[in-house]
Amino acid sequence: MGWELKTDRPIYAQLIEQIELRICAGIYPPGSRIPSVRDLAQEASVNPNTMQRALAKLEEDGLLYSHRTSGRFVTEDTEMIRKTRNKLAKEQVQVFLKKMKDLGFEYGEILSIISDLAEEMME
Amino acid sequence: MNKLLECKNLSKYFGPVRALDNVTLTIGSGRIVGLLGPNASGKSTFMKICNDLLTPSSGEIRIAGFEPGVESKKIVSYLPERNYLNDWMKVSDIISFFDDFYADFNKEKAYDMLNKLNIQAEDRLKTLSKGTKEKVQLILVMSRDAQLYLLDEPIGGVDPAARDYILETIIRNYNENATVIISTHLISDIEKVLDDVIFIKEGQIVLHKTVDEIREETGKSVDSLFREVFRC
Repeated sequence: MGWELKTDRPIYAQLIEQIELRICAGIYPPGSRIPSVRDLAQEASVNPNTMQRALAKLEEDGLLYSHRTSGRFVTEDTEMIRKTRNKLAKEQVQVFLKKMKDLGFEYGEILSIISDLAEEMME
Repeated sequence: MNKLLECKNLSKYFGPVRALDNVTLTIGSGRIVGLLGPNASGKSTFMKICNDLLTPSSGEIRIAGFEPGVESKKIVSYLPERNYLNDWMKVSDIISFFDDFYADFNKEKAYDMLNKLNIQAEDRLKTLSKGTKEKVQLILVMSRDAQLYLLDEPIGGVDPAARDYILETIIRNYNENATVIISTHLISDIEKVLDDVIFIKEGQIVLHKTVDEIREETGKSVDSLFREVFRC
């Protein structure tokens, strides 16, 4: 998974989202150690201080925790990860619904498009 | 914030021209700072004063407490905007020269970077292209374990792939005791790497903020804000 950063929003906020995504997608599984600040900063080609700020916020939220000597780990609280996953899903759907509304679609139409497409894709 | 670089009312006049006009500025350690401004805004003048190549007309400047001079040069690694290397030398000669000259020079680091960028140590500088010479200069500068790196237009002449490598090198080299100041026009390439941004216009500091402050407050990238502030 590559790091996609847009130019018009704070970088640290986008880093938080992308790390949340990696945790929810299981790229960083519960209880696993995540790479160091320096490695992550290099991977995402961002400033190490910005990456540090993002990780500190995730720690504050409880999704990550740190061991003084051995590094930073993903929480083992799977319930919390599940909640984060739901939060991310809601955000995606909100963006999608907003776009569909801008295109002039009604709720019913949107649902039928989704169910048609979902059937096609799941086959 | 500790004060690695401190200027108070710093000015430099060239006859009637105010190249730097009453600049007051503090930069701490552990920062990567973009010094951004259009041509002839005073960026190079500022860096030259930091390196004792120009003397201020008025005001004060201190680097880790020292006035620019012998002591400050021990801890400042400077990439000038032009090529100053002797053409007849081999890349390996110039590395030995730097190794001899600077106590904080790390020879292994230099050879490692040469390798990564596919530059042959036995080549003479006069046989190298303009872009390759620029890479060699940057390697020399980044191979010192300095406290302050002053890079005047470090990525202007090199290709995008080398540019990525250079930015990666800056990130990899990052440590909380050192600060890097980069002057450039190529803002979109480097803004993700910066902590702080300084806009300089006609010798005056018009903005000094963090990249995320700018994005939060304006909803714009540093690049778009620059285009707005300096619209011609």
